[in-house]
Amino acid sequence: MKNLATYFWIGILVLILSIILNISLGSVSIPLDEVLKSIFHLDVTKESWQIIVVDYRLPKAFTAILVGSGLALSGLLMQTLFRNPLAGPYVLGLSSGASLGVALVLMGSSLFGGVAAGLFLSKWTLVIASSLGSFLVLLAILGASFRIKDTMALLIIGLMFASLTAAVVSVLSYFSSSQQLQQYVFWSFGSLGNLSWVEVGILFLFWLSGIILSIFCIKNLNALLLGEHYAKSLGTHLRRNRFLVILATSLIAGSITAFAGPIAFIGLAVPHLVRQIIPSSNHLILVPAVLIGGAILMLLCDSIAQLPGSGLTLPINAITSLIGAPVVIWLLVRKKKLLF
Amino acid sequence: MEKQASTSILSTRNLTIGYDDKLVAKNIEINIHPGELIAVIGVNGSGKSTLLKTITKELDAISGEVFLEDLSLEKISAKEISEIISIVLTETHFSKNLSVKELVTLGRHPYTNWLGVLSKIDKDAIQQAIDLIDLQDLADRKCSSLSDGQLQKVMLGRALAQDTPLIILDEPTTHLDLYHKAFVLKLLQKLSKTTQKAIVFATHEIDLALQLCDQIILVNGGKVIQLTPENLIKEKHLEHLFPSDLIQFDAVSKSFKIKS
Repeated sequence: MKNLATYFWIGILVLILSIILNISLGSVSIPLDEVLKSIFHLDVTKESWQIIVVDYRLPKAFTAILVGSGLALSGLLMQTLFRNPLAGPYVLGLSSGASLGVALVLMGSSLFGGVAAGLFLSKWTLVIASSLGSFLVLLAILGASFRIKDTMALLIIGLMFASLTAAVVSVLSYFSSSQQLQQYVFWSFGSLGNLSWVEVGILFLFWLSGIILSIFCIKNLNALLLGEHYAKSLGTHLRRNRFLVILATSLIAGSITAFAGPIAFIGLAVPHLVRQIIPSSNHLILVPAVLIGGAILMLLCDSIAQLPGSGLTLPINAITSLIGAPVVIWLLVRKKKLLF
Repeated sequence: MEKQASTSILSTRNLTIGYDDKLVAKNIEINIHPGELIAVIGVNGSGKSTLLKTITKELDAISGEVFLEDLSLEKISAKEISEIISIVLTETHFSKNLSVKELVTLGRHPYTNWLGVLSKIDKDAIQQAIDLIDLQDLADRKCSSLSDGQLQKVMLGRALAQDTPLIILDEPTTHLDLYHKAFVLKLLQKLSKTTQKAIVFATHEIDLALQLCDQIILVNGGKVIQLTPENLIKEKHLEHLFPSDLIQFDAVSKSFKIKS
């Protein structure tokens, strides 16, 4: 246990360093001491620096922490629930639902006769459309989870939802203008930087409720490591647990997708990375570990996406995979197999 | 039965088992007492698993009742059952990333608090289970590095940590060589005597079961009978267990012989 405490404090330390790194980088170069002064509302040489740090970089860093930790936790929950190392936060089709919602708003106007197309372009419209899409998929999955005994069937239903929505999005894309298509593609790149403090606050509330639900699932997730039969013989209420896990994942991953777009890879990769470092299968330890690990990885990816020293920002979704995929491949080659 | 039915850990009354479309066996009356080692035998598809699933509430009975101690199985929760019955399955779909100690620790699940934090009692029970079947050397190994025989021992250790008066095993000797088959069954016999737990296991090793068990539950042709190995042989129940064209039971050596 002493050992694990060391890991925990090292994790926290790296997290703090990542936050400092993240907020000190950006398209405008601001000296580190001035960045720290802005955070603590001390005298800053340029007022614009303070605005950049407090109103842009800080909320972005917070968003990165919430998105990274949330997706990593969702990935862990799904991997344990389905006892499948390939599962991630979006296996149940949440991001597909969100994509469909957004695609209908951005590209559906050409199909439905351009009703108030101008109105549709506020950011909140996208958030609401994406939430509605995720929510409908969530309802369908929860409904199915009550009827279906076999958890694996649920996984396949999730994949089918993803195919269905992808097909509808394709049809919509086919009929839309290049400008509409571009808007949709930009949404699908994901973005951490567009959130105001109020939006970060809303995202935090969803994140927090998902985390609290997950904490109540910790004990049963451990039992599920043995498989459903054993878990049941240990007194686990399988369906109730499944319901809670899916609800927690949907709250977290759904809200993240709504605010930051479908961010790939973090949810799949972080639980594997953490398992390579932490010598434990106990979710009481894994849950905080993936939260910290996810936040660190997301902050680092975002720092790289800023392309330090230039005014360009790369799509975050590309960076997460560009960084993450080689790491997972390296682990696989080194360790021969990924266990869940 | 020489013992009183009231002291039994598990008993059935007029139990009928099967599935919606298929009746497997009826009028089942079995009694399981503390400290007994009991084998459930029968040919493939005779309903051994159906019987075990029904008495562990994995499957609902068609009619009749199963009693755990004095309580009807229908009226008790999964949580309460988990403190009376622990199981060892043939499936090995569990996470191989678990260390042996972590896996044994999961046996304490019914007793730990809502976060699964271990108390002193839990830690003692885990250590006791590890000591009982000599898992000390394996304790820190990952399950992915264990042989089939070792895995079987570890799963048994987990059931022991659950500390239930009844342990039910589904074919604990499949995939094992003859030595390890004898080893596992001998271990079960020793555990049943030292811990006074009742141990029930389904098996195809009829020869070994006849030598080691206190009672045999024979599932055959829609009937279930429970007898001591001696009486089972004496009443010639084994003679017609298999089609007689290839093998026959030899009462003297208590084993099946291939017809010459």
